Amino acid sequence: MVGLSHYLILSAILFCLSVAGIFLNRKNVIILLMSIELMLLAVNTNFVAFSHYLGDTAGQIFVFFILTVAAAEAAIGLAILVVLFRNRSTINVEDLDAMKG
Amino acid sequence: MAFTDLVFYVFAGIAVFAGIRVISSNNPVHSALYLVLAFFTTAAIWLLLEAEFLAITLVLVYVGAVMVLFLFVVMMLDINLVPLREGFIRYLPVGIAVAGIIVIEMVMVLTARYGDTPAPVPKPADYSNTEELGGVLYTVYVYPFELAAVILLVAIIAAITLTLRRREGTKHQDPAKQVMVKRADRVRLVKMPAEPKK
Repeated sequence: MVGLSHYLILSAILFCLSVAGIFLNRKNVIILLMSIELMLLAVNTNFVAFSHYLGDTAGQIFVFFILTVAAAEAAIGLAILVVLFRNRSTINVEDLDAMKG
Repeated sequence: MAFTDLVFYVFAGIAVFAGIRVISSNNPVHSALYLVLAFFTTAAIWLLLEAEFLAITLVLVYVGAVMVLFLFVVMMLDINLVPLREGFIRYLPVGIAVAGIIVIEMVMVLTARYGDTPAPVPKPADYSNTEELGGVLYTVYVYPFELAAVILLVAIIAAITLTLRRREGTKHQDPAKQVMVKRADRVRLVKMPAEPKK
C-alpha cells in the first residue's frame, strides 16, 4: 500500500538528483536552471502529499505560489542568460570572472 | 497490490528516470525534453494525490509556458557544448556520493516519522478541488494572491527590459511624433486655374 512516506521518498530522490545535477553540470548555466526547476518540483510534491494526507488545503495554496515565483524566476533567469550570451558569447560559468572574485 | 499503487510505481519510476536523464544527457535540448517528461509524470502523481487543479496547472504553465521558454532559449543560443561537459566525469563520484547520502538520510528520517500516517478518507465523487482552492485563495489568501500578481508583473518588466536593445538601421515608430503631427506638415493645398475646355 502506497502511503505518505512513498511520496516523500520519491520527492527526496528527485531533490537529490537535482542536487547531483548542480554538482555535475557546474559549467552549464542552462542545466543549472533546469536542476533548480526539478528541485522546486520535488519540494512541491512534498507539499501536495502532506496537503492530501493531513487534509489541509494550505499546502496546495503554497504550491500555487511556489509555481508563480518559479515561473518568474525562470523568465528572469533566461533573460539574464540571453543578455549574457549576447555580451560574452559563452554561457560557461568558468568564463564569468569579470569581477575577479 | 491495488491499481493505484501500480500507477504510482510506474509514474515514480518514469519520473526518476527522467530526472537522471535531465542531469546526465549531453544535449541541453534533450535535458529540457526529459524535464518536460518529469513534469508530466509528476502531474500524474499529483492527480493520484487528488490535487487536480495543481496537476493541470503544472502541465499548462510549466510544460506549456516555462519549458517552451527554456527550449526557445536553448535553441536560440549557439552554444559550443564540449567545454561545458568538462568536469562531469571528475565530479561524478562526489556527486553520486553526496546525492546517495542525502537520499539515505532522508529515507531513514521520513520512514521513521511518517511511515504510519493513516490514509485520508476518500473524497465524494462530486468534490471539486478547484472550487475548494478558489474558495480559500480569494478569501483567506487574497493578499498573497495579489502579491503574486505583482511578482509576475515585475518578472515581465524585468525580462523585457533586460533583453530589449536598440539596433542600428532598424525602423521604429515614434508615437509621440505621430500624435504631434499637424495637417500642414503632411498636406499642401495648391490653388490653380481650371483647365480650359477644348
